[in-house]
Amino acid sequence: MVTLQVKPTRMELSNLKRKKKVAVRGHKLMKDKRDELVRRFIIYVRRNRVLREQVEEKLAAAMQRFVLARATMSAEAVEEALCYPARPATVEAGVQHVLSIEVPQLRLAAAEGFSYPYGFMTTSAELDGAVQIFSEALPMLMELAEVEKVCNRLADEIEKTRRRVNALEYVMIPQYDEAIRQITMKLDENERGNLIRLMKTKQMIAGRE
Amino acid sequence: MADKRADIAIIGDRDSVLLAKAVGLRVFDETDADKVSHLIHRLARQEYKVIFITEPLFAACGEAVEKYKTETYPAIIPIPDSHGASGVSMANIKANVEKAIGTDILFAEEK
Repeated sequence: MVTLQVKPTRMELSNLKRKKKVAVRGHKLMKDKRDELVRRFIIYVRRNRVLREQVEEKLAAAMQRFVLARATMSAEAVEEALCYPARPATVEAGVQHVLSIEVPQLRLAAAEGFSYPYGFMTTSAELDGAVQIFSEALPMLMELAEVEKVCNRLADEIEKTRRRVNALEYVMIPQYDEAIRQITMKLDENERGNLIRLMKTKQMIAGRE
Repeated sequence: MADKRADIAIIGDRDSVLLAKAVGLRVFDETDADKVSHLIHRLARQEYKVIFITEPLFAACGEAVEKYKTETYPAIIPIPDSHGASGVSMANIKANVEKAIGTDILFAEEK
């Protein structure tokens, strides 16, 4: 391991001690943050999975209906029916914070009363069904979008935090420890050297008299 | 921060996304991976907050998707196309778990 190059002075020693204190405190905080992030992440990711399964089921059903609709109607009629612009679905996008990580908050802008954007004249019941299922799935899709994004962000953040915790635990703090040990030894050695010199001098003076 | 209204986009092949038109999503009918990548960047700049994309395209545009993955917005979400779910999105969730925790605890439970 690379040791810190430091001058063996008292000033440096007290500086290092202070730095180590900060590092230890930071390490503890980081560790707590990581644990809490993981806990929340697990909750979110479970939800994510359940939602994903539900959405896939719903959409598969919608698509299936749609295929049937295409079979019973002419391709042109389907195109025509869906060509008309529907009332645009919008989403209210805000930001919420999970442990001061910005994550999106999505809410489907309340669409009061669902209506088909086409007339019933030329369209088949299957198409209605498909559209209906899809529109039912929409709020779920929004929630999925939100949860999945949160999971992505959290996973990223957890990875970063874990790296920081490890860096502090296995690199920074041992480095400080080592440097502090070195300085203490050097200072002690100087102290002993001084003491011996004094004793020697005293002896020499005593011998002369 | 105040909530902002934004449109929802959906990208995919014609068969899969046509249906979304009826419920009011902005449909982008595109299947070429390069063009879709450009489209994603463009939509992100235009402040679309949510972009749904069919699974095959999601897999094909890894680079563009990766770029926005760790940003707050836009959320790029894979959805199954007309051929059903291919498992790309589930693999994605799994990858997340592995990234965060180091091992897959979510899917291992049921084996």
